[in-house]
Amino acid sequence: MNQLAIELNNLRKSYGEVIAVDQVSFSVPKGEIFGLLGPNGAGKTTTLECLEGLRKPDSGMMRIMGEDPARDGRRLRNLVGVQLQTSGLPATMTVDESMRFFTAYHGVQPRYDLLERMDLLKKKGSQYQELSTGQKRRLALILAIAHDPLIVILDEPTAGLDVASRAELHAMMQELKNNGTTILLATHDMAEAEKMTDSVAILLKGSIITMGTVREITAQGSGFTKISVRTEESRLHEDEIEFPAVSQRVIKNEYVNYFTTEPGVTVSSIINYVEKQGDRLIDLRVERPSLEERFLEITSERN
Amino acid sequence: MTAFLNHFSFEFKTGLRNRNLLMTNYLLPLVFYVMMGFVMVQINPAFAATLIPSMVVFTMMVSTILGMPAPLTEARSQGIYRSYKINGIPALSILAIPVLTTIFHAMIVSVIIALTGGSFFDGATPESWGAFVFITLLIAFTFGGIGALIGVVGSSTTSVVMLAQIIFIPSILLGGMMIPLEQLPESVRWISALFPATYAMEAFNGLAYGRETLIQPGVALIILAISALLSFGFAVYLFNWDSQNGTRRGNPLLALIALVPYIAGAIYINL
Repeated sequence: MNQLAIELNNLRKSYGEVIAVDQVSFSVPKGEIFGLLGPNGAGKTTTLECLEGLRKPDSGMMRIMGEDPARDGRRLRNLVGVQLQTSGLPATMTVDESMRFFTAYHGVQPRYDLLERMDLLKKKGSQYQELSTGQKRRLALILAIAHDPLIVILDEPTAGLDVASRAELHAMMQELKNNGTTILLATHDMAEAEKMTDSVAILLKGSIITMGTVREITAQGSGFTKISVRTEESRLHEDEIEFPAVSQRVIKNEYVNYFTTEPGVTVSSIINYVEKQGDRLIDLRVERPSLEERFLEITSERN
Repeated sequence: MTAFLNHFSFEFKTGLRNRNLLMTNYLLPLVFYVMMGFVMVQINPAFAATLIPSMVVFTMMVSTILGMPAPLTEARSQGIYRSYKINGIPALSILAIPVLTTIFHAMIVSVIIALTGGSFFDGATPESWGAFVFITLLIAFTFGGIGALIGVVGSSTTSVVMLAQIIFIPSILLGGMMIPLEQLPESVRWISALFPATYAMEAFNGLAYGRETLIQPGVALIILAISALLSFGFAVYLFNWDSQNGTRRGNPLLALIALVPYIAGAIYINL
């Protein structure tokens, strides 16, 4: 049995002379959250729109649950839920009507529990044109998952959402994943990708430049771990002591930041030194390079 | 069935909630009807003979050709059809349901006109109500198909309004609604034969009122029926889900094929 929910092999799509997506290949195992990251114009939305059957690729192979979305779109409609980056509903359609309208076409009962959860039940009678941007985004998300699809494709789902809605969306995504739903997430938000995804692909100028788990991708970078230390007597500020494996020392506010390739060795040396000097640790943080830092590193290298 | 009923119910309500549609579905036809009933019948008493069919044809044209196409084009440009497509809503429903609901609104106004035209404004009532109802339904679908086709091939609201006016204004002037076809100069009749309103009025006059007509009413019905099928068929064929995606199944100029029955009619009228 095929364990892959989504497969893409050498996908290519151009608009006239402009190649939007070139030789893009990735696969998403069932039940995983896969992140598609990249700056504006990288080809994320075009890739998703090809998978959604909204655009026809020039070449390449696409499969969702073993079906070709370009040819078997109808069979996939009830298996896939999509939140588009740009879409809309009729201006005068109420929230309640939109729920009944779309769930009826999917042959399921309206999901008012989702409206309640995303704080839209009280807006049930409001027309689409009366909703705020955040409310429209939340409604689009609810409509994407109301028919319990096996695969959910989300294009910038948190754009325009406030902190509470964003947290609720993340909780909902986690719940979907726990229930076995596969999620393909296109986002600009590196913190979101780092928190939510099992693996990611970074797209730049239509091509995938790196792919893997967040840990794998961040490990591909310069490899430095940042150790930030703050002590009572600020002895580390005064002394230009050299610790093992440290390549750079930066003082910022009350903290001394060390960039090291061997964090374990460096941390124990710092603690020994502070104790010997009769100083006392107030704070010590060890930070891996974030996905955002690695993303910026990769994109600036390629640009 | 639930999906169809939900869709129909929503589109029907849109015809009342949307101010522009409310205007074209109800206010404009009814105000024009009352105005023509009061003023035109006094200026030209002979107009009373065609008041009811003229105003029914006018109502159908305003609702379907002036009112319906712009929301179809706007929905495409606002990405609404993209949402529909990813949820599996078929193009046939997207086009057929607005046509049906618009016809429903136009039928309500037509019933008001048919029932009040005689008693309020001395308008001639049909000899055959059966033929009157049949022709009303047929022209509703003919104009509905043309309206859907305009909405599909129009690239913007402006272009849709222009395309609609190309049919609407000459139909009012030359379609036998204000001036009977036989009173038009012969050199102008072939132009009037290019517009569906002419065949609608000839069918009403011949079959519902038993009057002499220049075009055989049966031929007029056939031309209207073929036009309805061609217009709606090409509307479905040329339907484009997405204004951001230029790929169409066919060239929009194919829509001109829907005019073939009227060109044939113009040739027939000159024979």
